[in-house]
Amino acid sequence: MSEHLTIYPILVHLITAILLLFFWMNPKIQRYISIVGSAAGIVIGGLLFSRVWENGIQSIQLGNWEAPFGISMVADTLAVSLILLTNIVAFALSIYSTENMVSSRVKFGYYAIFHFLIMGLSGAFLTGDLFNLYVWFEVIIISSFVLLTIGGRKIQIEGAVKYFTLNMISSIIFLTGIAMVYGATGSLNMAELSRIIPEIENKGLMQTISLIFFIGFGVKSGVFPLYFWLPASYHTPPAAVSALFAGLLTKVGIYAMLRVFTLIFPLGETNQIILMIIAGLTMFFGGIGALVQKDMMRVFSYLIICHIGFMVGGLSLFTEVAIVGAIMYMFHDIIVKATLFMLGGVMFRIFGSTRLYNMGGMMDDYPKLSFLFAIPLFALVGIPPLSGFWPKISLFSASYTAGEIAMLVMFIFASLITLVIIAKIWNKSFSTSDPKRERKLSFKYFNDFSFAEKAAYVAPIILLVGVTLYYSFFAEHFQMVAERIGEELMNTEHYYNAVYGIKEVSEL
Amino acid sequence: MKSLILHTISITLLPLLILFSVFVLLRGHYLPGGGFIGGLIAAIAFILHAFANGLKETRKVLRIHPGFLIPVGLSIAVLSALAPILMTGDPLMTGLWYDKDIAILGKIGSALFFDTGVYLVVVGVCLTIIFTISESV
Amino acid sequence: MEILLAIMTGILYAAGIYLILRRSLVKLIIGIVILGNGVNLLIFLMGGLVKGNPPLILSEGKALEGLYADPVPQALILTAIVISFGLQSFAIVLIKRAYKVLKTDDIDTMNKTDDIT
Repeated sequence: MSEHLTIYPILVHLITAILLLFFWMNPKIQRYISIVGSAAGIVIGGLLFSRVWENGIQSIQLGNWEAPFGISMVADTLAVSLILLTNIVAFALSIYSTENMVSSRVKFGYYAIFHFLIMGLSGAFLTGDLFNLYVWFEVIIISSFVLLTIGGRKIQIEGAVKYFTLNMISSIIFLTGIAMVYGATGSLNMAELSRIIPEIENKGLMQTISLIFFIGFGVKSGVFPLYFWLPASYHTPPAAVSALFAGLLTKVGIYAMLRVFTLIFPLGETNQIILMIIAGLTMFFGGIGALVQKDMMRVFSYLIICHIGFMVGGLSLFTEVAIVGAIMYMFHDIIVKATLFMLGGVMFRIFGSTRLYNMGGMMDDYPKLSFLFAIPLFALVGIPPLSGFWPKISLFSASYTAGEIAMLVMFIFASLITLVIIAKIWNKSFSTSDPKRERKLSFKYFNDFSFAEKAAYVAPIILLVGVTLYYSFFAEHFQMVAERIGEELMNTEHYYNAVYGIKEVSEL
Repeated sequence: MKSLILHTISITLLPLLILFSVFVLLRGHYLPGGGFIGGLIAAIAFILHAFANGLKETRKVLRIHPGFLIPVGLSIAVLSALAPILMTGDPLMTGLWYDKDIAILGKIGSALFFDTGVYLVVVGVCLTIIFTISESV
Repeated sequence: MEILLAIMTGILYAAGIYLILRRSLVKLIIGIVILGNGVNLLIFLMGGLVKGNPPLILSEGKALEGLYADPVPQALILTAIVISFGLQSFAIVLIKRAYKVLKTDDIDTMNKTDDIT
């Protein structure tokens, strides 16, 4: 049984989702099932992580078909650490959703779709087959469409149209890339492709295909010229859904980029420059966009774009240190971005709006909450010793040693602009005195909540802040994981050997 | 739609089409067919019935909410995919075959149950989609 | 035949992109559908065309012999078709809903979510 552990992160969420579908009309039971399912997800994620950490990359061949013919599932350190983080965020969100999601929305199948989405994420992280990656991407986007439109408010529908169009087009572009890879190589297994592609003589074609993939993943992750759907849609759904999207969805694009551009198409000179320029522009426009916005959720949406630039930038430098930096940034970003949108949801309940000029006096009214919220906000900026600080060391030093001063400048610019934005939010909502707000009558404010309801809002934030603090003070653990991932990504033979079941001479 | 011909024929066609869909489902392993196509044919049978007699009648014929077929089908498919892990220790989705022939059906294996699951899911999804669209018109 | 299909793929892509760039929501969906078909045709083409040799193992043989059609693209296309079936039915419900709620099918007027307020 335990040799199949690799597949369990997918199965646990699939089974949870099926159970939830059986209790379609009973929101109360759904909430419990969802929490239990997510907790089981954490346990399995942890087991798989420890197994991979001790025994190296694990792989499994679905249907017992040998490696290049069937679909391989490969659990390397990158995949399992992302799965563990995903499950932690999912657990926090399934607690958060108990109050943030009203029963009418739960009856549309919110929890089931939520678990299908997490299943899709786990599958995308684990798969070792290019077409299977596409299938998991589709599972993710179909689920995200439903989550985005659940409730069907006017603004949600409008955001969903934009989100739908761009994501659909990106899938089509991705599929085009897959078709061309298949035509050129006759294989879709990533491990086999990593051996075939370098031997193909038509380098120009490979370059083109790799850029097609970049466009496909770029839309998903929201890099510079392709990000416009993101700020148009991420602020529209309820906070729990936004937090899920912000924490995990864009990171799948980055994950796919990391995988494809290290394993299948290792970045060449030209692609490196293209990625670098795009990363710089992403940070610039994301930052500028966040500066002009006046609504907190929209500010956060633009910050997602800004910080995607860090990860793409780290990848574009293509040295081991830089990739370690990018991966550490990804870990930090998953946790902190999810927390930000969750606290955005709490502040919406406190002020009745997410517009910045409607806020104020947090510090006087809710001193403890303000202190709690300060941690993710400052971690985002990267004030030492909080979590955002550590990956930036690797990224800055990598860009400096690579001699890419322009990249270094952009990293610093993006950090500064984040600082300015967070300072602005802090000023407006926390430290200024309370403006005379009109109380909306039919709106349930945070201080009308019972203790249990408040706990459901705040406890998951405390959980994720706890993870952030752990990251901050024990960053060397994350550094260790990230270094091992960097080593695995840059030396593709580990992946190849794991898929083909070739025993490695132990060097650890 | 009020049409005597369609109304009369749809009542006869419904069981025939469902029988045909099961036939397509069963022949699917070595010949063209399978769960997806079979499910679509079954869904079309009900949709035709709904065109001729109205949604209310079709819901009565179906007895259960089509959405309920989705989790049932999914659990059959998942169980058949899990069977190799539980029974022989092979990876997920390995085909298990019962080595004796069974009358009419021929050889059966876990693939047949997987296809049956797909069949139910496809019927459930298609009918849910079509019913939702036609109700909101 | 390959040339013909390649040109057809090109036409489908061009038509799809042209329709996506129009302002009407319905044309947008039709464009996406056509693009999806274009991709499926591309996958089919990339598998290579082999006339009249299905990848079937005859009862006296043990393995595939000689020239035969590649079965993988069929599996890929079938998967892609099923996925796009789901997505397109969602899209149609979505645009219907969007038309009802927003009372317009002109994409240019859909700029509420981008306002700086």
